[in-house]
Amino acid sequence: MTRLATREAVKARQDEVQRRGRGLGWMSLGLGVAQLAAPDTVRRISGVDDSPTSRAVVPLVGARELVHAAGLLTSRRKSAWAWTRVVGDAMDLTSLGMAIAHRSGRRRRRLVGVTGAVVGITVLDLLTAVQATRAKRIGSVPSLRGARRGGSMELTATTTIRKPPPEVYAFWRDLDNLPTFMAHLEEVHVTGERTSHWSAAAPFGTNVGWDAEIVDEAPGEKIAWRSTGNADVPNAGTIRFVPAPDGVSTEVHVVLTYDIPGGTVGKAVAKYFGEEPHQQLDDDLRRLKQVLETGEVVRSDGAPWGKRARKEFPQRPAQPLSDSELAKGADA
Amino acid sequence: MRANTWAGRNKVKVRDVPDPKILNKRDAIVRITSTAICGSDLHLVDGYVPTMQDGDVMGHEFMGEVIEVGQGVDPDRLRIGDRVVVPFPIACGACGACAAELYTCCENSNPNAGIAEKILGHPVAGIFGYSHLTGGYAGGQAQYARVPFADVGPLKIESDLTDEQVLFLSDILPTGYMGAEMCDIQSTDVVAVWGAGPVGQFAMDSARVLGAAKVIAIDKEPYRLQMAERAGHTPVNFEEVDVRSRLLELTGGRGPDKCIDAVGMEASHGSAHIHAYDRIKQAVRSETERPHALRQAILSCRSGGIVSVIGVYGGFLDKFPAGAWMNRALTLRTGQCHVQRYMKPLLKRIERGEIDPTRVITHTLPLDEAERGFEIFKNKQDDCEKVVLKP
Repeated sequence: MTRLATREAVKARQDEVQRRGRGLGWMSLGLGVAQLAAPDTVRRISGVDDSPTSRAVVPLVGARELVHAAGLLTSRRKSAWAWTRVVGDAMDLTSLGMAIAHRSGRRRRRLVGVTGAVVGITVLDLLTAVQATRAKRIGSVPSLRGARRGGSMELTATTTIRKPPPEVYAFWRDLDNLPTFMAHLEEVHVTGERTSHWSAAAPFGTNVGWDAEIVDEAPGEKIAWRSTGNADVPNAGTIRFVPAPDGVSTEVHVVLTYDIPGGTVGKAVAKYFGEEPHQQLDDDLRRLKQVLETGEVVRSDGAPWGKRARKEFPQRPAQPLSDSELAKGADA
Repeated sequence: MRANTWAGRNKVKVRDVPDPKILNKRDAIVRITSTAICGSDLHLVDGYVPTMQDGDVMGHEFMGEVIEVGQGVDPDRLRIGDRVVVPFPIACGACGACAAELYTCCENSNPNAGIAEKILGHPVAGIFGYSHLTGGYAGGQAQYARVPFADVGPLKIESDLTDEQVLFLSDILPTGYMGAEMCDIQSTDVVAVWGAGPVGQFAMDSARVLGAAKVIAIDKEPYRLQMAERAGHTPVNFEEVDVRSRLLELTGGRGPDKCIDAVGMEASHGSAHIHAYDRIKQAVRSETERPHALRQAILSCRSGGIVSVIGVYGGFLDKFPAGAWMNRALTLRTGQCHVQRYMKPLLKRIERGEIDPTRVITHTLPLDEAERGFEIFKNKQDDCEKVVLKP
């Protein structure tokens, strides 16, 4: 199977898990509301209306169901919440077993019926929990959360810059300019007509470097590049410069693809990109726009270090910097 | 230098902070000669604008003398020694929004645009001393301020007008004027203005200057209504009369042709239980606004009229009268004031004596007494309308 097909299969499976998780969530909600709103009816149907203990237990179980429901309906982490349901099922089956042991006749028959239903639900819960856990392990891409076995990540972003396409193209094509607005890049060193060496800050104060080559370009319209050789994180990108309808501006469309490796490097990369890799690329383009339209990256007292702005939230207060803060610079 | 800072909810504090320095090439440093407390500063102090931090220098209405300019500032635009009024929105002058003269929507001046975008859908411009949502810029209730894009915003004052005559070009005069301008005023129009604070007073004066037949002031503070009445406007006290019936009476049953909300998110309501409803929802953050003025303006406006909103809103509101708005063909217009657009023409009107901005000033205090200034302004003590601070 091609990489793309694999990714689509993973996505389909994740969608199915999300759907089933939501279904279970709605069921929890229904059960919880019934147990809280009409505990006596529930007790009669279950055949435990003779026990004073059940008067306290049924609403408690109902409250617990509401917690399951809240988790399953609102969180994207269906696996953890599906497992909480499995634990709840085990508790319910234990209580039901004890109740059966103490009863006979009509009440016992009702209890056996209810127990049968709970066993069925338990199987469904267990299945969902196991599948959700697997789906999470195979592809937390594109969110990258907890990526252990790697995968590929595609980021897209776009902005409009009030300069004509040839000017925006020329600025980007002069690859030395990229680190002025791209948060991660330390330096781009042009090594040939189409080749360059890139270095970026990596976690734990280390640096990663890789070679890149331009694989396709149309002056004023498009540049496509990819990493070459033994890059730690193989990557590729395309930027298109499209004239905007106003006749003076340029729409910039960027697509970046990273092949996130497995193991320690992959984990470090995932952590580095954090929860919102898209946001970082959006911010990169916002700064590109600032540089092209106003001459440099805009600084405020709260966010004085330009391209590190978002990483610094909550920010320093909006009051002027002291001499020592200014001297220490961005590493302060 | 000394500066008035945000020190938590319901607390401001004048303290020593470092002097500002040039950070960007197009910055200038201004030695402030006059600054003011704005009604919208109260939204910050009352804790209704998110992303304020302890120590943030407040203030977005200020003027003074240029004492330093960055190397990127065109000397034909601004030089050391110039006397300038600084507009509250920070705008680059080069992006699509600035090209369309929508300066408070500048696409470049807010380094925290990513945060603003999450709350507002699209980012907004940087503003001096107005939370980190609008950039985290130190404000102008201080001895000095750094002014970014100094070749775009600051207005040079070359005549001998006093600080008091021109200071309000920084915000409240253009804001009131834009409120009236958005109303497309005709000579037959009755214009009703909710809120007789400083911005409301200037909206009323502007409506008169733009040719309205009658201007109505709605508030509950007798001294503010008297101030409006002295300027020739018709007062309506919403604590004494039913606003709707009074407006019908004053307009022959038509309702005002144009309505201006100069109140915003912290409105009071004549009816205690409606006020309590919104106050509670606001306190538990299930709505961020108390929009009585806006609701009443929409319900009062004559069919086909214009409702112009210059009072500040920050988030989400409930019980918006969409039925009245839609079925009665009302037009709703709004925006933070694009001050840069209005400074020069309004300076001319001041020079010609058409508008007298000094009429709203009731208190002038040294900067060090900013805390007291906030106190009396917020609690409407001592008939306080507008406080000017002298650093």
